[in-house]
This record gives sequence, C-alpha cells and structure tokens, in this order.
Amino acid sequence: MHFQSWSDFWAMGGYGLFVWLSFGITYALLVALIGYSHYQQRQFKRQLAQKLAREQRIKQYQEQTE
Amino acid sequence: MFKWLHPYAKPETVYHLCGRWYPWLMALALLLLLLGNIWGLAFTPPDYQQGDSYRIIHIHVPSAIMSMGSYSAMAIAAFIALVWQVKVAQWSVLAIAPIGAVYTAIALITGMAWGKPMWGTWWVWDARLTSELILLFLYLGVIALSGAFSDRQTGAKAASLLAVVGVINLPIIHFSVEWWNTLHQGASITKFAKPSIDPSMLWPLLISILAFKVLMLALLCLRLRTAILLNEQHRPWVKAMAGEE
Repeated sequence: MHFQSWSDFWAMGGYGLFVWLSFGITYALLVALIGYSHYQQRQFKRQLAQKLAREQRIKQYQEQTE
Repeated sequence: MFKWLHPYAKPETVYHLCGRWYPWLMALALLLLLLGNIWGLAFTPPDYQQGDSYRIIHIHVPSAIMSMGSYSAMAIAAFIALVWQVKVAQWSVLAIAPIGAVYTAIALITGMAWGKPMWGTWWVWDARLTSELILLFLYLGVIALSGAFSDRQTGAKAASLLAVVGVINLPIIHFSVEWWNTLHQGASITKFAKPSIDPSMLWPLLISILAFKVLMLALLCLRLRTAILLNEQHRPWVKAMAGEE
C-alpha cells in the first residue's frame, strides 16, 4: 500500500479532483453502457413475446369461428 | 480449409454461443478491472515527475488502446459483411459501434482530466487529440448512418462502408505523436522495444488493458444477441424459443 491513510488516498497527492473525476466518469459511462444494453435486450424480448402471444390469440380465434 | 468456421455464420448458433459466454466474460472483465484499477490506484509508487496524477493512465491507456482495437474489429466485421455478405458480421458492426464510441469518449475525457494538471490545459488541437476526436465522430457516424435509412439492410451496408473507409484514421492516430509535434507523449508500451515504464506500474496497466478487452467482448456478446433477435424475429427458431420463455 503506497498511501498512509484514507484521506491521503482520496487526496491523491493534490490531484484528487482530476483522478477521481476521470475514474468517476469512466465507471459512470461503463455502467450506463452495460445497463442500457441489458435494458434493450429485455425490452425487445418482452415486445417479441407480446407480439407472438397476440398472433397466437388471433389464430385460436380464427380456428374457433371456422 | 475454413470449413470449420461455417457453422459460426449461422445466427442461431452464434445466439446460443454468445449466451453461454456472456456471464463468464462479464464476470472476468469486472474482476480484472477491479484488480487492475485498485492495484494501480493504491499499490504502485507515484511517478517521479507527475506524482499521483499519472494514475489516470490505468483507465486512459486501456480505453484508448481498445477504442482503436474495437474499431479494427468493427472494420474487419464490416469488410466481411460487404465482401461475403455474412449477416452475423453485419450485425456485429452495429453491435460494436456504441462500445467503441463509449471507449473513445472515456479516452478523450480522461485525457482532458490528465492534461489539465500536467499540460495546463483541458484541450489542444494537436494531432493525437484531434485524430482521436475524429475516431469518436467515425463511431457516431456509423451509428447515425445505420439508422438513417428506412430499410435496415441498406443502412447497415452504408454504415459498413463508412467503417471500412475510416480505417485510414487508425495509423494516423498511432503515428500522430511521431509525425507531428504534439503535447502528447510518445508510445510507452505499443512499440517494438522494451516498454519504457517500470514493471511495478506496467503489470496493473496490462491487467486493465485486458479488462477493457474482455469487457468489449462481453458487451459484444450481449448486444449481438439483441441484434440477432431483432433481425431474425420472423424465423421459426426465434418464435419457438420465445414461446418457451
């Protein structure tokens, strides 16, 4: 461990603002990308399931009325 | 000779393969990222000139290297899509583009936050910074172009063409620090010589680079699966699978 204390660690030898700004933005962007990619897939799977269920219902109805 | 590759061009095979690999790749990427970054932030000595500000290197260099690595991967996929009309390659181009764009944005932003204390300015219009900014515009161009046509296939083809033409920017970025006078320092590790960085700082850096690479593959798996579902939604195998879930 290079730093003596936690406050030393957060200060980063006086460069704390720049170091933590960089790491903060990096992790925020990565989390956003991972989250959005998951959200897109879940959303599309849900839409697809709804569409297929609807097709199924229409088919059933047509068979009943024939 | 390349016959063993053929099954991997089949969307259904790729969909299941990506599904199986994704959790492992993502777990490995996060593990490596934590290991490399914590090591680099707390367990390496400070730089003799730059003090603790140099620790930004542990995200700046990995994101910059992989912003170019992702572009090469995207351009190769685009070339395969254009020449051999492989559908999965076509969808990979659009799956990689947002990942590369985010990596490029990270490289630019961390570079600015490093430049301010060391160079005294957030931004200069010099060769390395400008060519990396053009890389961001190329990624955004690929994303925008793919959505600019009412027909998805036409858009994907136009985006692939732009991706292939944009490859010219990669050597420009890499050699910009040698060809022109620039504030940016020269290469420390991506050169054909002994790395000009101490091993105690090099190891966490290499781990972080690997982390960004594995994360790119993991995200590619995730995003490619969505793209395959979107483009194959009328195929029987997708309908059969959606019915089970």
